[in-house]
Order: sequence, then C-alpha cells, then structure tokens
Amino acid sequence: MKILDFIKNNLLILDGGMGTLLQSHGLAAGELPERWNLTHPEVIQKIHRDYYNSGSNVVSTNTFGANLLKFSREELEDIVRSAVENARIAKETSDSGKERFIALDIGPSGKLLKPYGDFDFEDAVSLFAETVKLGVKYGVDFIFIETMNDSYETKAALLAAKENCDLPVFVSNAYGSDGRLMTGASPAAMVAMLEGMGADAIGANCSLGPSQLAPVVEELLKYASVPVLLKPNAGLPEIKDGKTVYDITPEEFAKEVAMLVGKGVRICGGCCGTTPDYIRALAISNPNIPARSEKKNDTLVSSYTHALNFADAPILIGERINPTGKKRFKQALRDHDIDYILKEGLDQEAAGAHILDVNVGLPEIDESETIKEVVCALQAVCNLPLQIDTADPVAMEAALRRYNGKAMINSVNGKAESMRAVFPLVKKYGGVVVALTLDENGIPDSVDGRLEIAKKILAVAKEYGIDKKDIIFDTLTLTVSAEPTAALVTLGALRRIREELGANTVLGVSNVSFGLPARDVLNSAFFVSALENGLSAAIMNPYSAEMMKAYYSFRALHGLDENCSDYVALAARLSGNETVSSSAASSADNGAESLKETIIKGRCDKARELTVAMLGDTPALDIVKEHIIPALDVVGKGFEEHTVYLPGLLMSAEAAKAAFEPISEALAASKAEGAERLTVVMATVKGDIHDIGKNIVCLLLENYGFRVIDLGRDVAPEVVVEAALRYKAEIVGLSALMTTTVPSMEKTVAMLHDKIPFCKVIVGGAVLTEEYANMIDADKYAADAMEAVRYAEAVEAGLK
Amino acid sequence: MSVVLFEEFALPEADRREVLRYMGCKESDNETEALIDRAIEVSKDAFCGKVCFCELPLSVSDGQIRLGTVRTESKNLLKNLDGCESVILFGATVGIEIDRLIMRYGKVSPSLAVCLQALGAERIEALCDIFCADMARKQGLLGKRLRPRFSPGYGDFPLDTQKEIFAILGCDRRIGLTLNDSLIMSPTKSVTAIIGIY
Repeated sequence: MKILDFIKNNLLILDGGMGTLLQSHGLAAGELPERWNLTHPEVIQKIHRDYYNSGSNVVSTNTFGANLLKFSREELEDIVRSAVENARIAKETSDSGKERFIALDIGPSGKLLKPYGDFDFEDAVSLFAETVKLGVKYGVDFIFIETMNDSYETKAALLAAKENCDLPVFVSNAYGSDGRLMTGASPAAMVAMLEGMGADAIGANCSLGPSQLAPVVEELLKYASVPVLLKPNAGLPEIKDGKTVYDITPEEFAKEVAMLVGKGVRICGGCCGTTPDYIRALAISNPNIPARSEKKNDTLVSSYTHALNFADAPILIGERINPTGKKRFKQALRDHDIDYILKEGLDQEAAGAHILDVNVGLPEIDESETIKEVVCALQAVCNLPLQIDTADPVAMEAALRRYNGKAMINSVNGKAESMRAVFPLVKKYGGVVVALTLDENGIPDSVDGRLEIAKKILAVAKEYGIDKKDIIFDTLTLTVSAEPTAALVTLGALRRIREELGANTVLGVSNVSFGLPARDVLNSAFFVSALENGLSAAIMNPYSAEMMKAYYSFRALHGLDENCSDYVALAARLSGNETVSSSAASSADNGAESLKETIIKGRCDKARELTVAMLGDTPALDIVKEHIIPALDVVGKGFEEHTVYLPGLLMSAEAAKAAFEPISEALAASKAEGAERLTVVMATVKGDIHDIGKNIVCLLLENYGFRVIDLGRDVAPEVVVEAALRYKAEIVGLSALMTTTVPSMEKTVAMLHDKIPFCKVIVGGAVLTEEYANMIDADKYAADAMEAVRYAEAVEAGLK
Repeated sequence: MSVVLFEEFALPEADRREVLRYMGCKESDNETEALIDRAIEVSKDAFCGKVCFCELPLSVSDGQIRLGTVRTESKNLLKNLDGCESVILFGATVGIEIDRLIMRYGKVSPSLAVCLQALGAERIEALCDIFCADMARKQGLLGKRLRPRFSPGYGDFPLDTQKEIFAILGCDRRIGLTLNDSLIMSPTKSVTAIIGIY
C-alpha cells in the first residue's frame, strides 16, 4: 500500500529517538551518527526493528545530517545506501503485523542561509537535492524533512525534494517555547508556505514535550488542510545522578499525544528521549481513528514571520515600489540604488501597509535579476508579505523561488497564454494570485462579462490543482472621467464575484480618478464603496491621508476595530503631524544659528523642517556652505579630538543627511549642481557579514558630498572590481571584522590593484591595524570613518 | 557520556553604562540617552536567551588539551584550566531578531544601528553572566568552583576549535546558532566558551 493511501484511513505511527539510543550504544559526543550505518549496521538495524516491533508504521533512515557539507560525495552515497539498506533489513526481519514504510530522513544543514548567514539559498537547494536523489535511488517510500528551525531552509529542502522526486514529502519544524521557529515563523506562516508548495503533511517535532507543543499543533490544525504531524520529545531533559532523564514517562507521553490526536493530529511519533517503549505506549493508546476531511478555506499569504488571513479584515497593499510615473524611482533602479527602494518599503510599513507590491520593471534593466535582489533585500529588513508584480514570467519565477514565505502574485488574466505561464508557477511555489477579469477580447464592459471570465479562470486554475482560495479577483478599476458608468460595472462585478463565486477581490483603486482634480477625494470615496461591496484588499498609496481615513473609518464602522483603538491612533497621528509642521515654521525664524545647532545635536526631523523653511528665502548652496558644512566640521573635529563619540557623530550625520534631502531637490529643480566629488565603491568583503562599520563610512562620505556606491556585505572580489570599473570609482573602501576574513580582503585588494591600478583602496574594520593594512598592500588604513573622509578629500585634492 | 542540555534564561534589564561603553562613549548626554531609550524600545521583544551546554572531562598531554573529543593547543587556555579536571562547554545566543534590527536600522539610522549593536553585545554578555552564575551555584552545591569563561579567539586559543565545539554541542538544532565558513557565528550576538571546574 502507498503511504498516502494508508493515511487516508489510518493514524500513522512514526518511530522515536535515534540519537539518544546511539549514545547508549557508545556513540561519542561530536562523532557523526550517520557513519554508524557503515560501522555498526547491526545496531542501526536493531533500533529500527525495535521500532517496527513496538508499533511504528514508519522508520526514518539514520541520515539526519547526511549531506555534502559533512561528507564527501563518495562517503555520502555509501551512507545513504547503507542507511536505506539497514531500514529495509529491519522492515523485512520485523515480526510486526502492521503496514511498514521507510522514510528518507533529512535534517537541517547546520548552516544559516543568507542574508543572516553565508549559505546561499540555491546552494542549500542543491545540497538537499543530492541527498534526496540518493534516497530515491536506493528506494524509500517518502521524504521526511524534519527538525528545521528556519523557514527559508525548510523551503530549500522542500523545493529540492519536489524537484527531484515524485515521492510524498512530509515536513516538520522545530518550534521554540515561544511557539515560533528560531528565525521567527509562526505555525500559520509555515502552513501557508508549505501547503502552497505541495507538502503532503506538515508538523512539529523535537524541542519540547507534547503538552508544550500543544498551542503550536492547534494552530497547525486550524489552518492545514493536509494531515498534521507531531513528533515531540519525551518532555524536557534534566540531569539526575549524572544521567539525562526526560521528565515524562511513556504512559504520560502517550496520553498527552492522544489528546492532540483527538484534536486532529493524523501522524505521530517521538523525538529526543523517546524509545520503543514510548512508541509502544503510543500505538496502544491511539487505536485507529476514522479519517476526517479537514479542508480549510482560509486565503493566507505569509512572510518569514507571520501569515495574513484575508478573512480577518480588508488588507492594504502598498503600491509605491513601482517606477511607473516616478522619475526618482526610475533613477534609483538605473543606479542600482537598492537602499532607496528599501526605504520606500519601510516607509510604507510605517504608514500602515500590510503587504508591499514590488514592481521593478524598466525596459533598460534586467528585471529578473533586479526583482530577485529587491525581494531578498526587502526580506532582510522588513517582515511584511510581498506581492510580486511583473508581467514577465521569468522574473516572476526568479522572485517566487527566492521568496521566503507564500507571496501574492500580480497577476494572471483570462488569456490562455497568461494562465499557461502563471498557473504552473503558482502551483510550484505557492502563492495567492491576482486574477484580472480580462481576456483575449479585452475588458468586458458588463458585469456579466467580467463574471464569466472569473468563472473561466477558476475552472482553468482547478485543472492545475489551484484552489479558489488562492485566486483573488481584480474586477479592474477604469477611469470615471472617460466612462461615466465605469465604477458601477467594477463594483457590480466585485459584489457578484464575492457573493456568487465566494472568492476574494482586490482593486487598484487610484485608477478611478485619472484626469480629475483632487484625486484623493474621489479615490477614498471609491475605496469605501468598494469595501461596502465586499472588497478584500486594495492596492493603494498608504501615504494618502484620505485613503487611511477611509480605511480606518470603515473598520471602525464594521466592528473590525476593537474599542475603535486603531481609529483613535490614526486621529492622533494626523493631528500630531499638523502641530509638528507649524512649530517648525515658527522655529525657523530663529535663523542661521538654529540649523547648525540642530545638526550638531543630531535632530533629523527638525533639521529637515528648518531647511525646508529656509529654502524659501536662502539659496540652497548658501545653506550648505553656511550651516551644514560648519556643523559637520564641528562634530567631525570633536570626534577626532575625542570630545564627541560615535553615536553623536552619527546622529549629526543623519541630521545633515535629512537637511540635504530638500536641498538636493531644490538643486535638481534649479539645475544648479554642486561640484562633482569622487566616486567611492564600498563593500564588506566576502565571508564577512558585519556591515555597521561600512554603513557608517558610507553615511559620512555621503555627507561630505562623495558619490557612494554601497555593494553591501559578503561581496566577492570580482564583484567589487566589476563595480569599481562600471562606476569609474577613484576609491574603493573595504571592511572586514574578523581575522578569518582578512585573506578575502587581501585577495580583493590584489585584484583591484591588478585590474584598476589607479584606484585607491582604503581598508578598515575591527581586527585591522596599520601594519596589517600594509601587509595586504592597501593604500590606506582608516581607523575610523572620519579618517576615511579625510583620506578621500586628500585623494581628491591630489587629483586636481 | 556527556549529555548536552538546553536552557532558556530570562534576561535582566539592560545595563545602560555597559551599552555606553560598547558604543565607545566615555560620557553621555540627553541625545545619547534618548538613543539608548529608542534602542531598548525597538528591541523590546527581540531578545531570547538560549544556552546549550555539557560537562566534559579534561586531560592534558604534551601540551595538547583534550576535552572529550575536542583537541586543541593553547597556552592561555591551559593556564586558565590549571588544576581543573573537567569543564563546562557552552554555546549561548540572544537570537536572530537583533541582527534583523541592526540590518534594518543600518539602512534608516546608522546611529540607532550602532546603539542596537552595543545593546546586543551587552545582552549576550548579560546572558553569559546569568548562565555562569547559575552553573557556579550548581557546582557550588557539589563543593566545586568555576574559572572565568574562556572563548575561542581569546589569546592563543585557536578560533577553528569552534568547528569541534559546534559538533559537540549541536548548537544549530538546539539554539539556532550556526557557524559560517569564516568561523563567524550567526546570530552574531552569540558566545561559545569553556569554563574550568575545580
């Protein structure tokens, strides 16, 4: 019998702990247990057989850490082959009368993925793929990915399994006592991502005992349509008389697990500290229970921390990461200014967006590379779910593959070609896809026409195995100034899709007001009408006060805002803003002294406001010359003389940067550019993930007017050289924090000197010294950020 | 047989003087105090103190130090462990969230990132202090005392001993602590160390 057929009608009993039993047979601390498949096959076979005999339907091969990071290719193959063989012999020699299966066990790699570690996502996929292929080659019944404590690595492993075999895949994560994975994901977020990608069972194992894992299991059961798996520890470990003991007995264990089986768990076993005795107790106390159909209809999208449920309240999708009609944003894309895009994301989050739309399509850039990079960079600093917005299926796949969670996808439509391109991606990577109600014949001008297209899209999605809950219909906002009944058709279609098809809906509301004045007024009125007609989500501008007023009012009026507290908070924010700007105007009267003082004190908001006020009657360059530069000089000198400390230096630098923003806008408008300064390419070297020091140098160089290209951290030598050439940099700044990454710095310096002899290289970082810098042939060692600025000024003076 | 245990610790309130010290400030002012307040505020749910540890027998021959399966050579460590017969080996972390905050504010406000960095350093040291005090109390009941903790990279104690320490402690699956190819730990606000028992 196939395992998926078996679990339709039976509770599936897994095995118990392996590590603890191996230790009792003499496995030493630090020794690799996977080698025992070869050196002690009889021990491994006995443990497996004992589990089958005590009632397990499944044993997992002793391959938890069997991967190419720990073993050579040859040894890995030997280990997987013998591990599967050991399980097979145990299966054949067991006298259990039960159905017996073999799972290929896959544990975490032990490495943390980028951006917080140094292990690339695709490298992780390849690593797991090798183990999966071997398991398939030697014959297992399914793949069991377990004890994963990071959602991104879990995704890599599941993707590797799905891409390299047709076997069922069960996925289980290790949740902490806070009910989350080590890297922050909630159980609901894991269900969203894993079920979207087609996992056959989802669960929790290790870390805690059954009763401590109960809240996690209950959340999994609430959202998962696939069977839920539980493989807990035998309680918590403690030392008694020099021995580790787990604090619950087999009987207690079985009773606690049975409670959760009663709530819907379909697959259970034990992890650390459990033995065949625990499994025997489990098998006895959990007689076969009838299968339950548990399909859930929640529309979920997720990030690496949380899931958003469309049933909870209407969702705001921030539309600002999009170059359409935005000159500054287009420039940022051409300049590869990722930080500008990140800031747009963080600002929208602060303004109250729940999801960020990401559109980086420009004809002259590589959209696929750029969207991948932006998605990863956003997910390093912002935990909102993202909406991948592109018309190019290649870019769409690049972004979805790297996305950590279950994304929204924008968009598919009723054209056969569109569905053929997009639906396979939704099926493979998971996602909630926006479906536009248009097709080969254009946008129907009737409600019925749009409804018909929606029905067609649902039918085709079903053929691909995509559920209605993962389709969200956009009935298309057209401009009322061009077509008086446009909004009525949109809203009518919206209501009927909601009522007749029971599907979710989304609109890009701003389109309604094209060509009309005071657009916010009309947009927000249309937004409220759409909400009243059942709109589930809006793609909108979260900076628009009118839209936010409409949104929070709607929530308060519809009982979605307990005690109206969000509404009250919005009101406070709105009135707060008004007072701030009026106070800024009055303090601007204090004149020259105060901007300089403000920058020295490091007050960003005030520095910006004062500058804006001063720009009314003072030439931009005078403000720079008479206020900003003198302030920076005072602070810079103070820092060099140790009367100002690093935080003070940085707060002033940030205030100066804030003052520069309105100034550069004014300069750009009047086309009176200041003198061009040198270009500096900055990077933390390959292998090193620390970038605070480098960020500080970037900020100060920018303050002093240098053009800074920040390549980020963990940057390979050839990437630094390529960027220095492309941006015609006169100076490259490199940072390394650890002695172990200095060789990487040395290599980068050598390559720079070889390829771009005129380019000067500044180095810095915690472990570096003047002596070290000389040894690796750098042009300059800078002990702190001010020294880097002074050197850049000296290089510039030398070139003139 | 050495057994690796895992424990979570609640952290005390942050020691602002230590935070200042990690920022390199010899004195403070209103702006800096406000910055520390902000760092504490944005990181209020970020820290989670986790430690995994085990006790290992210690033996020394020809200058080589053996701790279970770990072998290393270091005069400084040898001096630190003089008179000890066993050690506690531990890995500790305050979690990944502080790294996220540092990266996030590195884009928006480097001064806050620097302050969070200092706060993270203070937090992991506070965690190590609590853990060591707890171990000292437990060993005290057995009539034993503890040496100051000693980490790879201190003096001549080779950093690449980290690989063996990670193998023994299983830091990745117990507390989510990993080691990269350059021997840098992620999360960055983490410590591994050896404590001599005498």
